[in-house]
Amino acid sequence: MAIVSLREALNQAIDEEMARDERVYLMGEEVANYQGAYKVSQGLLQKWGPKRILDTPIAEAGFAGIGIGSAMLGLRPIVEFMTWNFSLVAYDQIVNNAAKMLSMSGGNFSVPVVFRGPGGAAHGLGATHSQALESVYSHFPGLKVVMPSTCKDAKGLLKSAIRDDNPIVFIESEVMYGDKGEIPDGEYTIPIGVGEVKKEGTDVTIVSWSKTLAHVVLKAVDVLQEELNISIEVIDPRTIRPMDYDLIVSSVKKTNRLVIVEEGWPFAGVGAQISHEVASRAFDELDAPVERVTQEDVPLPYAHGLEIRSLPNLDKIRAAVRKVLYLD
Amino acid sequence: MNSTAIAIPPKQSGSRLLGLPRETLLSWYEDMLLVRRFEEKCAQLYGMGMIMGFCHLYNGQEAVSTGAIKGAINPDDYVITAYRDHGQAISKGVNPKAILAELLGKYTGTTKGKGGSMHIFDRATNFLGGHAIVGGHIPIAAGVAFAIKYRGEKKVCLCFLGDGATNIGAFHEGLNLAGLWKLPVIYIIENNKYGMGTAVERASAVEDLYKKAYAYNMRSEVVNGMDVLDVYQKVKAAADHARATYEPTLLEIETYRFRGHSMSDPVSGHYRTKEEVERLKQSDPIIHLAETLKEEGMISDQYLDEAEERIKQIVQECVEFAENSPEPPIDELWKDVYIERSGE
Ligand SMILES: Cc1ncc(C[n+]2csc(CCOP(=O)(O)OP(=O)(O)O)c2C)c(N)n1
Ligand SMILES: [Mg+2]
Repeated sequence: MAIVSLREALNQAIDEEMARDERVYLMGEEVANYQGAYKVSQGLLQKWGPKRILDTPIAEAGFAGIGIGSAMLGLRPIVEFMTWNFSLVAYDQIVNNAAKMLSMSGGNFSVPVVFRGPGGAAHGLGATHSQALESVYSHFPGLKVVMPSTCKDAKGLLKSAIRDDNPIVFIESEVMYGDKGEIPDGEYTIPIGVGEVKKEGTDVTIVSWSKTLAHVVLKAVDVLQEELNISIEVIDPRTIRPMDYDLIVSSVKKTNRLVIVEEGWPFAGVGAQISHEVASRAFDELDAPVERVTQEDVPLPYAHGLEIRSLPNLDKIRAAVRKVLYLD
Repeated sequence: MNSTAIAIPPKQSGSRLLGLPRETLLSWYEDMLLVRRFEEKCAQLYGMGMIMGFCHLYNGQEAVSTGAIKGAINPDDYVITAYRDHGQAISKGVNPKAILAELLGKYTGTTKGKGGSMHIFDRATNFLGGHAIVGGHIPIAAGVAFAIKYRGEKKVCLCFLGDGATNIGAFHEGLNLAGLWKLPVIYIIENNKYGMGTAVERASAVEDLYKKAYAYNMRSEVVNGMDVLDVYQKVKAAADHARATYEPTLLEIETYRFRGHSMSDPVSGHYRTKEEVERLKQSDPIIHLAETLKEEGMISDQYLDEAEERIKQIVQECVEFAENSPEPPIDELWKDVYIERSGE
């Protein structure tokens, strides 16, 4: 076991897969010469050279398209978006081309591309630079959406994503890049579509992922277990699509109560989908209606006080947990 | 990268004051100085944790906003820009107190603390925003110009963008539409030689960015962005032309950013050397204007000291105003998402 930062874990995954498969290459803004806007690609240009580590112009639609076209011919591009907010400029490429190519071509062409970069809010970046887009991308059949919350998961899942023959939306978090965690020594992968119980518990299940799980939910759980004298189980699906409903349902069968905490907006959020699935698979197991915690249904403002009030936080999670326990 | 290739055209002799009144020239000087000192204060406040998020400073580029906005256009003309927007807002007459309050996330800020540094807006002065998605505002500028023409007005829209922004699709769609429909917009590329850490020639197939106008049948010209008079003259000519004909212009204004891309980026490093930055700082547009004005006998050292003092005072008042302003109330969070009563 080694302790690494999340950016190092991702860097190792890219580096190892580049060593394993010469079809793998990385491109994006500032990934090469500048060593990555968030230093995820540090050292890779020096090691692999400019043929495989490419700086692009600010042209997201263009280089997403290069990724897709080259993947149709069998290359395995990793396309970095400086943040996922900027992927919206390439939305057409991802949604109309990457997601649909296999189906629309009747199986003629697959698109083994990984689109990756940080998503969600950081601190004070304002409405256009703070968006949690997992519900948007997981809407589209043909895309897989992966969102790790630990260093170990990040490395193992990114390696699986690079080897996957489908287009992958891999969403990281810029405020997690410095987080440290253990990763296994040597080669390992973590399968896409398989969640993990991040903490066992008996009274309430909380489903959450990525930064919201790592930075908000786990801390809230410590406080609430103590404060309410309860035991909370935390489920990390790790992949948003395909969603590991079986794991969630099995947890709900144990706790009979479910709270879903996500950073995105409430309307048509990922939690809405999970909530529906659990209601239809395990209605009789639920002792309370499913509760959701999301950000407020507004564009995220800059001012710190408004920002923290909008995003999921301890107070909102407390209210949801109390509600499913009928404590009010 | 060959950093010696980057050169700002040599400064022109003082005879080129274009017969402008002293008072006008001094107001430009003080506008540039205010922008510089304002940005230096922002850097300081950012370092103290009072400004959050991304904050892109304008140091080195002051002659562009002053010459183009304060100099060349009328108060009722429109300005739209990207995220490096403090300088242009100040030159447009947006209250610098409100700008600083915005940066501190205060209720008295230009957008009540909702937008922050990258999103300064001010309806009263026709300042249509800082926009943070690269290129996103370029077609919007064409839309503003469309409305000007639709209403039969003789106004213009100035749209500022970076060299890096000329590589994104929105640039090409916006310019094509402006060229095709003859819309009174003046696109101003502030070529500060880098988009973040990427030099122009590493990002654009065409290194002379003004040539991109050829594809859209648009007039274009190169401007010395370290010389406020050159900026003034060429933007004014483009604006006059737009008022007379509705035709757009693309200006490539050569300038240089003295600081890092944003407050979280280093001044130099993998992409440019310290020496290059120091060398280009020799063409400081503010010092250049001061020297020219002195050579022409328009100002003395005493004036320069007094101006410095006056500007320092203004910046200090901005800080006091911003610091003493209230945070936005929490119920602001749910406001401004929809207009409650439409169509009236
Ligand atoms: C679509 C999009 N992609 C990437 C970014 C991140 N980004 C912000 S500014 C910038 C560089 C822009 O350079 P340039 O247009 O030359 O303007 P300058 O910063 O030099 O003023 C980048 C890559 C963004 N904001 N939007
Ligand atoms: Mg630039």
